[in-house]
Parts: sequence; structure tokens; C-alpha cells
Amino acid sequence: MTDAILVENLTKTYKGGVKALQGVSFRVGQGEIFGLLGPNGAGKSTTVRILSTLTQADGGRAEIGGYDVMHAAAGVRRSIGYVAQSTGVDRWATGRENLTLQAQMLRVPRSIVRARVSEMLAWMDLTEPADKLVNTYSGGMKRRLEIAMGLVHEPKVLFLDEPTTGLDPETRRALWLDLKRLRTERNVTVLLTTHYLEEADTLCDRLSIVDHGRVVVEGTPDSLKADIAGDTVTIDIGEATVQADTVLNNVDGVLEVIPDGALVTIRVRDGATAVPAVAAALGKAQITIHTMTVGRASLDDVYLKHTGHHYDAGSAPTTGGQK
Amino acid sequence: MIYFIADTWHLWLRYMRATIRLPIWIAVTLIQPVIWLTLFGQLFRRVVELPGFETGSYIEFLSPGVIIMTAMFSGAWSGMGLIDDLHHNVIDRMLATPLHRGAIITARILHASATVVVQSVIILVLSFILGAGWPSFAGTVGVLLAAALITAGFTAMSIGVALLARREETMIAVINFFGLPLAFLSATFMSSQLMPEWMQTVAKANPVNWAVSAARHAVLETNASAVWVNSSLLFVFTLVMVFLATGAFRVYRRTT
Repeated sequence: MTDAILVENLTKTYKGGVKALQGVSFRVGQGEIFGLLGPNGAGKSTTVRILSTLTQADGGRAEIGGYDVMHAAAGVRRSIGYVAQSTGVDRWATGRENLTLQAQMLRVPRSIVRARVSEMLAWMDLTEPADKLVNTYSGGMKRRLEIAMGLVHEPKVLFLDEPTTGLDPETRRALWLDLKRLRTERNVTVLLTTHYLEEADTLCDRLSIVDHGRVVVEGTPDSLKADIAGDTVTIDIGEATVQADTVLNNVDGVLEVIPDGALVTIRVRDGATAVPAVAAALGKAQITIHTMTVGRASLDDVYLKHTGHHYDAGSAPTTGGQK
Repeated sequence: MIYFIADTWHLWLRYMRATIRLPIWIAVTLIQPVIWLTLFGQLFRRVVELPGFETGSYIEFLSPGVIIMTAMFSGAWSGMGLIDDLHHNVIDRMLATPLHRGAIITARILHASATVVVQSVIILVLSFILGAGWPSFAGTVGVLLAAALITAGFTAMSIGVALLARREETMIAVINFFGLPLAFLSATFMSSQLMPEWMQTVAKANPVNWAVSAARHAVLETNASAVWVNSSLLFVFTLVMVFLATGAFRVYRRTT
């Protein structure tokens, strides 16, 4: 069986020398929800834009349902639904009109457009406001309409580029429930990009962590977390010192020391026994401990382990923007 | 080809629906022509007593000029809608579908021209109320055709600028820089025979002047062949602009 999405070694450099992608590869099977997790500027949106034929890669290749994104763009466009980062709806038309136009553009047979539009509106719980102008919709309603627009032609693959960015936490959670229904009620492959760790953890079957235009690590959320043995202790020592690293490395039971400024994270075999030993060792070296927290491994730790810095969704660690 | 026509039709409906829902917009764009007609109509009322005017009524002379000026500005501003679409990712959403690419440009041109035809009829009625004669059927068709063609050309140009500039500020600057000079370097307000010689030369190469000439000769039924020649020139101008807009679209797609 062919992969629903096949991405091999994609590279892309924007004008001005910003290296957006430096060899991104992954495969997604039919029906899977696959996540690209990373901070702004990591190359997630560029990847999705290449896969949805909106821009071209400089190197590598990609296929959607067997269609090459560069040489069979027409086939790709028929097979995909694309829901962009910010709203792509026409605010001065009604929800139903937006969906109808989208269905026509996506070549839904004329005889079934009307029925399909009504079905999608009902599926996204938009039947009641269907004939109101989109301008009067709430953020969550707009997003649901966009997702309906991405699905109106029953595509094999759906791209969701940061589907919950800009939504308040409550609406975000409500949308997660809707996105989970994609898996249970529709046989559609989803490529989801997000910079929310929690979102990737909740929704994705598998995910890739992307950083600086590279895939850093790939796996299921559980296996990625399981890879990180033991517990994590995060210590705030006020200011970064090389001395602290040496001291911590010599404490018994410490598996790894990952300094990130004044915040030092250490992986230990067992949090409870390690804390007193760490405190004693730092005290002896006369290093002040401001705070010390113990936790189970989270995707943040996965991220830290593979990229060497803490996850900060807002900041762009690269010099490049998205477009 | 069938897809091209169907897509253009569906997009055209979208734009027309938006316009019909905001009829105030047609009213607002008519304020300027009304001011031109009443103010200039009064101010220059007696200018037609000079030799070189084809009619003894300045309103009758001015009305086709105002129609063309309105058409030109309607076309020139229509790229703003495209910039709004670009910023709201509407264009990207369209480009990720099999939608015929040409339909995106064509539907906008046809929408702008259709709106201008409505505006032109209103201006003709206004001029009639202000004392101009009502043109014959052929004359009406001629002036509407000239208005639709100059709109099409300027809409295509505006789309091209919008796709390359992608910013409202740039659009506004470009239109303010070229708009009025193009209108004044034509026979919109003044008989071309009364213009300084250099201006007459410039006006000959000015598409706005072609449109004014076609519209005026159609309304006044003074020179049928001038209507045809100028309309043909306008048609070529429109084709060239559509060609350039298509090129700008390609540049846009390559650089995003």
C-alpha cells in the first residue's frame, strides 16, 4: 500500500537566504493523524505549503496519495483539503455560500453540491448560523467552517496548519473534540502542524518534532516520552555557570545534564532520591538554588532532549520568518 | 475551458453578491461623479461658447468624461479587494484547489465592469436631469462599452500592481500618482482642440483619452468611426493589461 503522504528530503531556501527547510522527511499512512510540532519559524508551514502545491521545494520530493506535488499538482489539489493558519473564508458571504463555492472549486459533482454542503454544515454543527454572514461568526465557528470547507469534497488528505492558533483555551478544547471525530467518523489522513505540545500530545497518532528546518525526532507521543528514562528535575540556579554542570554530572543517579541558561534540567533515575543528593552537592559548591521541581517526562522534555533548548512556542529561534 | 467558464461564473457571483449586499458602496463611488457633474458643470458652463466643442451644452459634453473617469477609478481601486483576499489567505485557499487560475483574474474584471455599467447608467440619468439630452440606443451601448473596456483594462492593471505590491499603501500611492493626471491629460473636461499642443500629443497615447473619445462620440453621435477605432484601441489595451496581470500572478506564485 502506498503512503498517504510521502516526504523525502525536502529543502527550501527563501529569497534572502533564509533556510526554511534543510532536508525534511516523513511518511504518513492512510487514516493517520500526523503532527508536525515545532516553534514558529521551524519550517512547519513551509512544509504544508509545499505539500499543498502553494510553493515549490528547491530539492527533495513529496507525494500525496501517489501524486507528485511538483509534477502532478492537479491530482494533488483534487486529493487534498487545505485549512490555512489564518482564516481563508470570505467574511462577506454566508457559511453556506462559502461552502458551496468551495465545493464548486473542488469539483464536487453539481447534482450533489447542495446535499453535501448541508451535510457538512450539520457535521460541524453550523446548520443554525449557515445563512448568516461569516463576519458575525465567533472564532471557533469560523474554524469549524474552514474545516468543513477542507472536507467538503471528501479528500484523502487534510492539511490543518495550526488549527487552534488564536483561539481561547476553551474554544481550543472544544475544537480538539471535533478534530478527534475526524479519526472516528471519517477515513481521512490528517497532517496537523502545531506549536502547542499539549495539542500534539492529545490529537496525534504520530508526530515529528521540527526545529530549524529539520526533523529532530519522530514517533508516537507515548514512545517519545518513554524514550526519556526516569524523571526530570529542573533547577533554577539564578545564573548559568559551567561549575554547576560539572557538579551535577558527578552526583550519583544523574543520567544527563542539559543546561539552558540559568535553568538546568537533569534527567535522573529516580526523582525522590536524587533531589536531596543534588541539593547537597550544589550547596557544597556554594551554588544557590532558587527553585527545584521534579516531574514525569513530558513532550517538553522530549523537545529539550533533542533540540538542546526549552520549548518556547512564541519565539522563533531561527533568524527566519515563515513568509 | 468549461471549467474556466464555470469557475469565472461562480467567482463572479461571489463578488456580485458582496457588492449587492453593500449597495452603499455604489452610492459612495457616485458621490465624486455627482460633484464633478454639478460643480464643474456650473463652473465651466459657458466654456462651450468657445470654438472646438461638439455640443452647446457643457453637461452633455462633460457627462461621458465623468463616466469614463468613474470607470477608470473603479477599475484602479478594484485591486484593493485582491489585497484583502491575499491578507486573509483567500487566494491561498483558492490556489490549493483545482480552480482555473485565469478565473481568479477574469471574474474580478467582469465584476468591476458590471458594476461600472450600473454606475454609468446612473450618471447618464443624472446628466439627463441636469439638462443633457438622452443618447440614442446605439449611443448608450457605445458609451457603456467604452466604460466597461476602460474598467477592464484598469482592473487588470490594478490586479497586477496588487499582486506585486501586496500592500494597500503602495496601491493608494500608485493610484493617487497616476489617477488624476491621466484624467486631466485627456479630453475629460476640455475639448482636445483647446489643449496645449504637447498635451494633445500626450493625450493621444492615453487610454483614458481613447475611452473619453469613444464615449463622447458615441453619446453625441458625432463620429462613428472614432468610436470604433478608440474602442478597438481600448480592447487591445485591456488584452495587454490582462497579459501583464497574468504575468504578475506567476511572479506572485513563484515568490511565496
